[in-house]
Amino acid sequence: MKEEQGERDVIIETVARVMIPFIQLFALYVIIHGAGGPGGGFQGGVVFASGFILYIIAFNLAGGRKRFPESANTILSSVGLYIYAGIGLLAILFSFGAAQYLNYGFIPFTSHFEENRALGMDFVEMGIGITVMAIIASIFFDLAEKDEKQKEGEDG
Amino acid sequence: MILSIDLILLFFVVLIAVAAITLRDLLSAVILLGAYSFLMALIWVELQSVDVGFTEAAVGAGATTAFLIAAVSRTTRWEKKK
Repeated sequence: MKEEQGERDVIIETVARVMIPFIQLFALYVIIHGAGGPGGGFQGGVVFASGFILYIIAFNLAGGRKRFPESANTILSSVGLYIYAGIGLLAILFSFGAAQYLNYGFIPFTSHFEENRALGMDFVEMGIGITVMAIIASIFFDLAEKDEKQKEGEDG
Repeated sequence: MILSIDLILLFFVVLIAVAAITLRDLLSAVILLGAYSFLMALIWVELQSVDVGFTEAAVGAGATTAFLIAAVSRTTRWEKKK
């Protein structure tokens, strides 16, 4: 969290620039493989948000805020929830009154029941991952950012 | 599950926990809590619970350490003497 633009460390910036794409690719891998192995939406979302946190620590807070603005934060955190709940409601609709909430096999993505279930699980994991990523980044921004009042009053 | 590795890891976990609550430097305490979470993740993996260990490593050692460092940077680094 360097406040001043003047002090820059070449090693930290280069390592962060090389590491961040791999961290986020690994997060996507964790989200997609959550159904069959260790991991899942929550862990993948946390790892994805760690990429943002590494960017903010290595560069600065204002640049991180520009790349991940508050409006995107709000939209993403609710979009993930809507994906999660929407898949469940679709399962209720397509099970024709049997009220199979979050029983993804009934959603006709493909013609096979088991394939539908695997696809529905993947979509739900993606929703969880999006929400967790947005919320973790939001918590970090709220903790690290200073409001205008505090900027005048205190130092550091 | 290997008993000697378990005992070594648990010994270090207890040592780090005691050190983290006795230190006056809050930044060092935060870093020690990160090490604590990492050792706990190793213990979970050693107990054949890879999913819990992965969560502990991602949340405990990664996100929580960053949150606590942000909180320390907003408040004060040294604990007051009583």
